[in-house]
Amino acid sequence: MKRAWIVALNTFREAVRDRVLYNLVFFALAMIAASILVGQVSIGIEEMVIVTLGLSAISVIGLLIAVFIGVGLVSKEMDKRTLYALLAKPVRRWEFLLGKFGGLVLTLTVNTAAMAAGLFLALSLVKQGAEHLEGPVLVAVYFILLKLALVVALALLFSCFTTPLLSILYTAGLYIAGLFVTEMRNFQSETMSQGLQTLLRWLSYLLPNFENFDVMAAAAHGRAIPGVLIAQNTAYTALYCAVVLAAAAAIFSRRNLK
Amino acid sequence: MVTAAIEIENLTKDYPFGFLHLKKKPSLEGLSMSVEDGEVFGFLGPNGAGKTTTIKLLVGLIFPTAGTARVLGKSISDISMHADIGYLPEQPYFYDYLTAAELLDYFARFHDLPAQERKTRVDRMLKKVGLETARKIQLRKYSKGMLQRVGLAQAILHDPKVVILDEPMSGLDPLGRREVRDIILELKQAGKTVLFSTHILSDAEMLCDRVGVIVGGKLRGVGAPDEIVGMKAQGMEILFEYAGAAAGLQPLLSKATHTGGRYHVQVAEADLYATLQQLGSAGAKILSVAQVKSTLEEYFMHLVEADRAQAPAVEVSGK
Repeated sequence: MKRAWIVALNTFREAVRDRVLYNLVFFALAMIAASILVGQVSIGIEEMVIVTLGLSAISVIGLLIAVFIGVGLVSKEMDKRTLYALLAKPVRRWEFLLGKFGGLVLTLTVNTAAMAAGLFLALSLVKQGAEHLEGPVLVAVYFILLKLALVVALALLFSCFTTPLLSILYTAGLYIAGLFVTEMRNFQSETMSQGLQTLLRWLSYLLPNFENFDVMAAAAHGRAIPGVLIAQNTAYTALYCAVVLAAAAAIFSRRNLK
Repeated sequence: MVTAAIEIENLTKDYPFGFLHLKKKPSLEGLSMSVEDGEVFGFLGPNGAGKTTTIKLLVGLIFPTAGTARVLGKSISDISMHADIGYLPEQPYFYDYLTAAELLDYFARFHDLPAQERKTRVDRMLKKVGLETARKIQLRKYSKGMLQRVGLAQAILHDPKVVILDEPMSGLDPLGRREVRDIILELKQAGKTVLFSTHILSDAEMLCDRVGVIVGGKLRGVGAPDEIVGMKAQGMEILFEYAGAAAGLQPLLSKATHTGGRYHVQVAEADLYATLQQLGSAGAKILSVAQVKSTLEEYFMHLVEADRAQAPAVEVSGK
């Protein structure tokens, strides 16, 4: 575990040195511009617009980082052969994978935390007395982070056995499919065979369920998010990430580094 | 009793290829050899012979199709073996956002070295490979030769018992090559086992206790450089001056090389005395007589050509 942490810290350092966190500047500028604009065009729903805009930006920016950096976590190291000297040290391949995963999740945590701070600042500038939103918005930000961790795990898995381009396609495909699992589960049609419906239902349980993480509307309206959902989403993410990372480790530990 | 630091038994590696990966291309075929404790062993062979494949198998970057190998008595699949080995990859490339000092510190962390010890070792290694003034420069600004030096530093940073170097002289200027040679000799003096692959045969002749020649994925010869070249047919070279045109000397002159009024001719050892007598009676001035020594390069080329012609392998000695 200690060795995975060493890899994680280096992965975080790489992201910082490669100026990944520069996106925060754009986010800050976007939030300032939105605050000024919203203050002028919307009456009475400023905080709702700011929260929706802010959470969407946090989610989209986080997803872009998770996918585009996630798919290169392993493949880039193999292409550049930076992995060779490292794997000759007393570090197991699964420790390396766990470290790469942890490093990118750490980067996303810092990034998301900074953006959330920007969102709260914008909120306080637009409207006084929006404290009732703080709890739900914080939970919504936490859920975005859980979602990003899941996306990183999937991107890392694909990064272990295919090209970055295909990894992007597979990860994005799974993410989009994961937004429609409820529809897939409840889909009924007379023209569809019973077997296909059963297959769809099983598939909906296997696919990552990203719908559960979307509490943006509740946060924008200041509605409390139930503690059971927080616990459920946390446990779901931990379990799903563990399974995906175990699959990635199983593939990567047999891979020849030619 | 001399123990083997590296033992390889029937190591085989095939790479699948084709649409469904159903075809297999052998990269290494039944390699068996050993490297003794404290020995400097040179691994020679042309491009694609299987040198890098063997080294990658030993450090666990690829997995054997068949066969086994042990380093310091531990299986190559045992991760604890990695604590005692140092490895320099071929044409190394490292995290280019780090400085040399940061990279070495990063690698040292995997060996559980405390912070102060890491700093001391990093400083010492950077000095040893001549990079102390470039320690704070990011590796993306390093030349190929500088990266090679960093690679060497990370390989020996943790004082490993076995050092495996894949083409350590590659990309280095003559000064850099000499420094690497000095480091290898230092490692030998410190009792370390060194296995290195190289194309530069003069380095192998100079540094190695033994060399192994691998061609086409098969080990074709193992032995001390002197022993290997000593197996080749010897001859004698005569250097003489001659200005006459004696008819009896014409057959000898016709096979001699003539430069600046001097002749070089190579004869079999058994014919030396008769040839010298012949030259003396014709009035030639003998300048020198020297034994013709076969070089490792000639031996190497002989093996490569034999392989290309699919001739039977030339076995010198086996371990």
